[in-house]
Amino acid sequence: MSAVLEKYFVPEPSRFPIYGSAALLLIGAGGAMWLNRVGSGPWLVAIGFATLIYMLFGWFGQVVRESETGKYSQQVDKSFRWSMGWFIFSEVMFFAAFFGVLFYVRVLSVPELADGASAMLWDGFEKKWPSAGPYVEEAFTPMGAWGIPAINTLILLSSGATLTWAHWGLLKGARGQLIKGLVLTVLLGVIFLGLQVYEYVHAYDALNLRLTSGIYGSTFFMLTGFHGMHVTIGATMLAVILARSIKGHFTAERHFAFEAVAWYWHFVDVVWLFLFIVVYWL
Amino acid sequence: MSAVSHSLEHGHHAHQPSGLMRWITTTNHKDIGSMYLIFSFIMFLSGGVMALTIRAELFAPGLQVVQPEFFNQLTTMHGLVMVFGAIMPAFVGFANWQIPLMIGASDMAFARMNNWSFWLLPPAALLLLGSFFVPGGATAAGWTLYAPLSVQMGMGMDLTIFAVHIMGISSIMGAINIVVTILNMRAPGMTLMKMPLFCWTWLITAYLLIAVMPVLAGAVTMILTDRHFGTSFFNAAGGGDPVLYQHVFWFFGHPEVYIMILPAFGIVSQVIPTFARKPLFGYASMVYATASIAILSFTVWAHHMFTTGLPAAGQLFFMYATMLIAVPTGVKVFNWVATMWRGSMTFETPMLFSVGFLFVFTMGGFTGLICAIAPIDIQLQDTYYVVAHFHYVLVAGSLFALFSGAYYWLPKWTGHMYDEKLGKIHFWCSIVFFNITFFPMHFLGLAGMPRRIPDYNPMFADFNLMASIGAFGFGFSQLIFLAVVVKCIRGGERAAAKPWEGAEGLEWTVPSPAPYHTFEEPPVVK
Repeated sequence: MSAVLEKYFVPEPSRFPIYGSAALLLIGAGGAMWLNRVGSGPWLVAIGFATLIYMLFGWFGQVVRESETGKYSQQVDKSFRWSMGWFIFSEVMFFAAFFGVLFYVRVLSVPELADGASAMLWDGFEKKWPSAGPYVEEAFTPMGAWGIPAINTLILLSSGATLTWAHWGLLKGARGQLIKGLVLTVLLGVIFLGLQVYEYVHAYDALNLRLTSGIYGSTFFMLTGFHGMHVTIGATMLAVILARSIKGHFTAERHFAFEAVAWYWHFVDVVWLFLFIVVYWL
Repeated sequence: MSAVSHSLEHGHHAHQPSGLMRWITTTNHKDIGSMYLIFSFIMFLSGGVMALTIRAELFAPGLQVVQPEFFNQLTTMHGLVMVFGAIMPAFVGFANWQIPLMIGASDMAFARMNNWSFWLLPPAALLLLGSFFVPGGATAAGWTLYAPLSVQMGMGMDLTIFAVHIMGISSIMGAINIVVTILNMRAPGMTLMKMPLFCWTWLITAYLLIAVMPVLAGAVTMILTDRHFGTSFFNAAGGGDPVLYQHVFWFFGHPEVYIMILPAFGIVSQVIPTFARKPLFGYASMVYATASIAILSFTVWAHHMFTTGLPAAGQLFFMYATMLIAVPTGVKVFNWVATMWRGSMTFETPMLFSVGFLFVFTMGGFTGLICAIAPIDIQLQDTYYVVAHFHYVLVAGSLFALFSGAYYWLPKWTGHMYDEKLGKIHFWCSIVFFNITFFPMHFLGLAGMPRRIPDYNPMFADFNLMASIGAFGFGFSQLIFLAVVVKCIRGGERAAAKPWEGAEGLEWTVPSPAPYHTFEEPPVVK
């Protein structure tokens, strides 16, 4: 630690947190009402999301202003870096729970349903993967790996490369390269999402593969769905970074926000590689 | 200290809102810490009322006070409220108040996010407690929310799921804040191995929180989709497995147990050296023991599941891994006792609670070892023996340590000494009634009384009567604590900057009460 410390920035009192809490209360209460068809749940959820978006705009906007007016010392910058790292670790653990579930059903629970006492209960059930379990009647076709998913893998890997190229642009002060790289990355992200939507429609229409298609459908849609949600968040954040780059924010020395979003994007990329291998391919 | 007088002038900013808005918008770690502590005490009382209703029903065999359905809601909500509403937020309150003071930081690393971490809790509590009043009532699946019960419950279950999500967000943000504060905001010269042990235990706890709260979020999300969107995670007919829920839940749940006890170890490690007037024995081994408990906590989850048909090899692994945790825990107990060895001891209330903790928590540790033995646990699963065990570690462990810490730092927080006589009465009532309540439960469990059932065989009547009397005694004793705190806030003998002769650490270098802003310029630690 350096001997001389600048004063650490402690923000003024803020109203944004309470807006966020109100938003989540509305979403939680409204969501429970909606699911149980009580009262006007959807409206509460809608108001909640609107409040949340207002809060996020306001809060992040304020952080950007504070950053641009030079309120953040090197030490604050370091705090941000630590926190983003730990946040991504928490996201890793969230996905780990679902990957663990996939491992468990493929290695333990589905084979066990066809063994021993369960075999008597579920006569004629075969151990194989993909499986919808012994009691889901409707047949479905599993999703193959070498069509859209393989293309999507290429797209996401390329988007990682374009993002790094944008970063190089930022580091050597070539703003054009930075902006071009970001535009390409966002575009690739959006194409990925478009193909993912197309794949879902295809699954429902042509393959009869649904969220309700037993455990295969459950794990397939939940894992790829949460991943898709994270790509959406990542692409949104990249778009914000792009807008800020166009406005002239960030310097070669100080651009934590760019790096944080880049870390996040690479994290989403790596999750996809695991998904491609254990959900689509093997 | 110049840093202090400087901060006194800054105590009242021009833009500092007053009244309610001060508390809603505050970014001050002391304000937020106080709110955490008050919130957790309110939740502690709510959970306590539920516990007393449970004990009133169990006062005698037969159904007298509540219906079985409502009884199940009470046991479920008592657990959820105490774990997520009382114990965890109380420790975060201590972390907020003490960590910046102990490491010489001006505030938490992310002061605005700190505010949000707290203010997410009241909405979550509202959803959780509000679920009592929706059609079908609160969830009655047990605090562990096991499938398939949790897949079948009514709207109360959905509210609980969303409440758990919100509390999870709060915990993760709070934990990230604590990790970053400790890693990045220590005063110059405060190396990690010079840090007070309370900060160490919280650093490791926060790491555990970041690692497992997302897993809980995943578990309850799967419950939600199984309930409403037709997934089959916990449904064997679709190829899933209800036992899978238990695996995911306890992968969160066992580290969660240490999340609730490690900060307690930290508090006790501050209090015992102070009143033994000796430095903590084996500081480095305490740090390593804490870290090994945290790492081992990820490898023991299935000891909660010995009766689910685990393969023998699995049972053996989880049994031995669990018993291994007794080693670092033993190191800790040894070190606390060795700290007191030949110390000049005095027994003010904080010390009483810490010594009391040592006795009763260690008993809970021993019954934990007994439960770890798979063949025994198969007999004891879901009996009152388990209830006795985890109340010995959670009430006599976590809660007593919280009381110890509260008495220890009250003079620093309020600027007044608390009423020592009342504090001592609070301690003796608590420890006596605690044992009257929970000690007989060991016998009930060994004799086979199942938990979470509102009625029981008349042969269990005597011990249940005893436990219920103890529970009411324990419950009302906590009002003494409320009285002590209120009295202490309102006035009393002025506390010196360092009210405890043997205390060490940066928090005692600032005046009592601690000024609104402290260590705006970091102190230098030698």
